[in-house]
Amino acid sequence: MPVHRYAPLLCAAFFLLFVIAATQTFAGEQLNADQPLAGTKSGDAKAGKNVFIHRKKGNCLACHVVTSLDYILFHGEVGPPLDGVGSNLSEAEIRLQVMDPRINNPDTIMPPYHRTEGLNRVLVKYKDKTILSAQQVEDIVAYLKTLKDE
Amino acid sequence: MHALMKSAATILTILALLTPARADEGEKLKSGYDYAVPATQAFQDDDFAGPALVFLEDGEAAWSKVDGSQGKSCASCHPDPAVEMKGVGSAYPKYDAASKKPISLLQKINRERKDRMGAKAWSWSSPSLLGISAFIMAQSQGMTFDINIDGPMEPFFNKGKKLYNTRNGQLNMACKHCHSDYADNLLRGNVLSNGLANGFPTYRLGAQKLVSLHTRFRGCEKRLRAQPFKLQSDEYVNLELFLKWRGRNIVVEMPSVRL
Repeated sequence: MPVHRYAPLLCAAFFLLFVIAATQTFAGEQLNADQPLAGTKSGDAKAGKNVFIHRKKGNCLACHVVTSLDYILFHGEVGPPLDGVGSNLSEAEIRLQVMDPRINNPDTIMPPYHRTEGLNRVLVKYKDKTILSAQQVEDIVAYLKTLKDE
Repeated sequence: MHALMKSAATILTILALLTPARADEGEKLKSGYDYAVPATQAFQDDDFAGPALVFLEDGEAAWSKVDGSQGKSCASCHPDPAVEMKGVGSAYPKYDAASKKPISLLQKINRERKDRMGAKAWSWSSPSLLGISAFIMAQSQGMTFDINIDGPMEPFFNKGKKLYNTRNGQLNMACKHCHSDYADNLLRGNVLSNGLANGFPTYRLGAQKLVSLHTRFRGCEKRLRAQPFKLQSDEYVNLELFLKWRGRNIVVEMPSVRL
């Protein structure tokens, strides 16, 4: 088979696949979590901690243990503990998981905090709104980055 | 070749006949009682001063109360509820030929009030309706649920099962996520239960009164930031049908106390 004839085509095909894989997709949409979200200021870890704890915003302790927050009682254990997440995941990986965990696991119980695609029968007052704003996502990412392995 | 096909067909037919018509869900289920802390269990077990008892007693008193244009009470047609209502509540939702769909116990009570007593239907969350329904369920105390999901019930059962497994709301969860996949895990300070219906209408500690199953559905859905269905809507009756079938081997508890 004359591979050298098809080499340019194969190269183009692989490059296209690489581009597609680099930007994760859900239901055909593009979701690039590699860069801070558009229109945001640099993430503030202190503000992010407040969003993390707030029951009507992140409410993250509903499902996740964070040992450095043990002055707050009763952390949930539905999801994994987040101790060390700042060491174990990159900023892009953290941002992706917060924005839309369905991309990493279509069966996840974790809500998509900054995506409305694929949602069903949303309460009227929240329709077409994300749980967290772009700035809140950046702030939470900044906070989670501070949770380093001891 | 023909002989091979014939024996293959025979084997497949035998296998198909041996397969049960509907496989069990395979879940290990527990009553909400088993998930409750000891103090809550003690409230339920208290035969003398338990918080649910006063509502049950009101329901029993209402059984003999005349209401409506016909001058009847429930007792006029059902003078011995301990015998006549035994196993009745635990068989709902049932197929209703008149409306060609399942009917819940609460709907049946209101239908009987209207048709036989000439009385006004109670609102779906009224203490009177919940009290009488609790009294009826108490006559099935300790019994398993006798739920039929075959024949005309099957499409409604399937809809209920589908709703149980469908993600809803801004938080994008299905009932199954908390009550099947992640049951026994801690959500903040509470252990996620199997979300069964065997204790309803239940006395909820926060509400300090009897709460119906469909009210509980609405509360759950609003927590997921999903637009809930109406009390006694087709969607919730179907879901109730599925839940009572799913938990059919977990016995009726009445009175029951839950968080």
